[in-house]
Amino acid sequence: MIHLTAHEQLAALRTGATTAEALAQQHLDAIRRLEPKLQAFLHVDETTVLEQARSVDAKRQRGEPLGALAGLPVAIKDVLCTAGRPTTCGSKMLQHFKPPYDAHVVERLRQADAVLLGKTNLDEFAMGSSTENSAYQVTRNPWDLERIPGGSSGGSAAAVAACEAPLALGTDTGGSIRQPAALCGVVGLKPTYGRVSRFGLVAYGSSLDQIGPFARTVADAALLLEVIAGHDRRDTTCVERPVPAYTQTVEQPVAPLTVGVAQEHFAAGLDAEVEQSVREALKVYQQLGATIKDVSLPHSQYAVATYYLVATAEASSNLARYDGVHYGHRAAKFDNLIDMYCKSRGEGFGAEVKRRIMLGTYALSSGYYDAYYLKALKVRRLIKDDFDRAFAGCDVVLGPTSPTPAFKIGEKADDPLTMYLSDIYTIGGNLAGITGISIPCGFTRSGLPIGMQLQAPPFEEEKLLRVARMYERATDWHTRRPLP
Amino acid sequence: MADLPYRIVIGLEVHVQLLTRTKLFCGCRTDFGQPPNSATCPVCIGMPGVLPVMNRRAFDLALKAATALNCELVSFTKWDRKNYYYPDLPKNYQISQYDLPFSKDGWLDIQPAGGPRRIGIIRVHLEEDAGKSLHDESGGGGSSRVDLNRTGTPLLEIVSQPDMAAPEEARAYVEELRLLLRELEISDCEMQEGSLRCDANVNIHIPQSDGSFLATPLIEVKNLNSIRGIERALKYEADRQYDEFQKKFGKDWRAQGQPKAFERLHRVVDKIEEAKDGRWKEVAKATAGWDDARGVTNVQRRKEEAADYRYFPEPDLVPVLVDDDWRAQVREGLGELPAAQRGRLQAQYGLAPYDAGVLAAQGRAFVAYFEALAKDCDDANEAKNWLTNDVLQTLHERKLGIREFALTTAALAELIREVKATGLNKQRAREVYAEMLASGTTAKQAVGKLGIQVVADEGQLLAIIRKAIEANPKAVADFKKGKVKAADAIKGAVMRETKGQAKAELLQQLLMQELQKA
Repeated sequence: MIHLTAHEQLAALRTGATTAEALAQQHLDAIRRLEPKLQAFLHVDETTVLEQARSVDAKRQRGEPLGALAGLPVAIKDVLCTAGRPTTCGSKMLQHFKPPYDAHVVERLRQADAVLLGKTNLDEFAMGSSTENSAYQVTRNPWDLERIPGGSSGGSAAAVAACEAPLALGTDTGGSIRQPAALCGVVGLKPTYGRVSRFGLVAYGSSLDQIGPFARTVADAALLLEVIAGHDRRDTTCVERPVPAYTQTVEQPVAPLTVGVAQEHFAAGLDAEVEQSVREALKVYQQLGATIKDVSLPHSQYAVATYYLVATAEASSNLARYDGVHYGHRAAKFDNLIDMYCKSRGEGFGAEVKRRIMLGTYALSSGYYDAYYLKALKVRRLIKDDFDRAFAGCDVVLGPTSPTPAFKIGEKADDPLTMYLSDIYTIGGNLAGITGISIPCGFTRSGLPIGMQLQAPPFEEEKLLRVARMYERATDWHTRRPLP
Repeated sequence: MADLPYRIVIGLEVHVQLLTRTKLFCGCRTDFGQPPNSATCPVCIGMPGVLPVMNRRAFDLALKAATALNCELVSFTKWDRKNYYYPDLPKNYQISQYDLPFSKDGWLDIQPAGGPRRIGIIRVHLEEDAGKSLHDESGGGGSSRVDLNRTGTPLLEIVSQPDMAAPEEARAYVEELRLLLRELEISDCEMQEGSLRCDANVNIHIPQSDGSFLATPLIEVKNLNSIRGIERALKYEADRQYDEFQKKFGKDWRAQGQPKAFERLHRVVDKIEEAKDGRWKEVAKATAGWDDARGVTNVQRRKEEAADYRYFPEPDLVPVLVDDDWRAQVREGLGELPAAQRGRLQAQYGLAPYDAGVLAAQGRAFVAYFEALAKDCDDANEAKNWLTNDVLQTLHERKLGIREFALTTAALAELIREVKATGLNKQRAREVYAEMLASGTTAKQAVGKLGIQVVADEGQLLAIIRKAIEANPKAVADFKKGKVKAADAIKGAVMRETKGQAKAELLQQLLMQELQKA
């Protein structure tokens, strides 16, 4: 049962072929079996999982109306607040923190009668591309346990890939949904900035952060997106705009379809097998009747540099609140207030978080602001303009999600710059605020999954999902499962 | 001020708390006196993952204030984060406005004793307040406590040009600002409660032998807790700066060969000049705290560099767009402002500028009472006299507002008419007024109750006057020598005889007539 898609599991629940409790138990069994090797989850409370499942079963028995995800287990990245439950952000700083509120997306899941399965591992405060920056554990890639699952939403990606959960929520600030989706061979979608409320998402880069779904199929991703998207008065950057019925239209092919290809997406450092798979995917679209068109994203070469100024500047301010005064980690011994700040933050944060706080603080400092932060904002605008121009001539832009397949644990841990480059193709989408999806498009000879990215203009998730589904239907990469 | 050996230059930064029911970015209550940390929520405590949502009512009030201060309301304004660490600032940044405040370039007309002045307003912007730190001041090293009830309360910052040339003007500016903001129900402006806070930037310009002026470094005076304190502190600080200058450099600094120390101070002043050119930046300046009890300022520190707050646009809030409709709506809601009201009171009722100022300073309700009374008694001047003397005193003694005042305008108008008709003198009229307040009677009833019978019979009064003249030959002689005041002694005798009930005008007329004859 756990290997079925979310849609299939829901159908089994509806027909009575299984119960929510049985389904939850099967997933809990899988988690018990796999976690010693995989380490995708930070917190799973079997008791509350089964309670939720039984309560959905009872509702169903009473004939009450049920939500779109009734009885379906969903895993949640541990940077999303869950009321009264641990929300650590993968940081020692919030080791004992339990928020008194649910994130908006968690509320939506509860309203949809989903069963919250547990909280998944991540790079500390979502800062990283390998999930190695977690203060707690290193999550393994289900396709090769010596390798990283990508990041920062590595736990969610690995859990869905290994069938520990049919669906999971992640967050994407520079590629943190799409890159681990690609590296774990699952579907991951970053919605348009403003499509999903950020309320209850512990902020990293506020102007870039967005919450999105992981799934094993495009239709399942559409299902979860439909549940979490939409207006929320508590986030004024969340746009008041109707949410299309993605699940109703996802099977409809887009015709005519123009697929844009940017040369900048095939730059130096791109793995040959990844390139080949992506070029094969273009051929698939051609066979499906699409026109392939060259587009240009001339400023994309500055995307990584721009991102590491904007995101870190915001992070330096967003993470200032973790000071040991009101909540979170406080050093046991200190001499005075400043010493308490220094020791608490020194002990509570890991190296990558400190690195980014320092970078961001520097970029915003008097005398450097114009040269770094302000210039980054201007380049950000140019990157957005690039996409606007590209989309004037095509429906979607297709390219690799990440330049390489999953790398070995520890391989890039001492080289942050190389690590930053694994988001080179995804970061532009965050800076421009557009939507993007990563779907499986092949495997390396050594059996590692390869993902391709499709990007679409703001609020064109419906078209994006339909285009992705066209490819998925024509291929079977998404049906392969790892054998951990 | 003309006799001071220097010129004073003062600019004020005033913070006022807005009269909103809830905070600027969350739904918590803003009223005072709740148990510590009870008026808080995850948003104002700055917990992880929560987001601010702008209070539209606060923004409306802010627009109202800026409009009343003749500011330009910009059409695009945004929020910025001001980053600094302090335990009563839970996010360790304050949401404020930096380079695009919602309003700029206004003015406020003030009425100091020296004559009307127009004070420029550089900008008005909106920001969230911080909480309160409560430190152990026993010296026992106890832990500090933080109360976050105030955190997130909407705060309006009003920055003036350095246009005030005397401590009295600074006082008049704050008084006028307070009147305006109270009248518009923007803030209750209670300095004791901290809903109006004032910091003053002050330095002095000292004339030099070559005709130039030399500016002392800018000092920011803080902890000004009362209107009187502002005036006292600025007087003290200006003198202190002059004394410090004299001690260090003597009367003419050029004669001292431009000591290096002063050059350094002077560079600090150059930075301020830059700011005046329209570029908004934190300037390096020293801070001084005002000690009201001792009546001194304590210069705390001289910063070589301005603090770096690492301002950047607040990504959690969308910019605010103010269109013409919104501006017009705000302007319509303003009503008559104190400055316009003063002008109208002078033109419409023939009041002196001073009297118009006294009435307007009491607020709209008081002016409305005045206007109704003037109409009811048909004598604006008498209405003004009664209100600015007796009624104001009553209200002050009983700590009442005009809305709680016991006498209606009709009742007070009757008293004014009665006094005029009977010629009752002021002293007896005040007794009648007091009786009306005490027993709630009408003016006529009070006159009867007090047994007042005005002597208005010419023959009767004449007889009394003649008797008084005979009894006071010295006063008569003095009067003849030109001492007009001497007549008062005789008038006093007549009043004693009539128990103060002689009709005042008639008495004056007959007395003069008889004294000429005597």
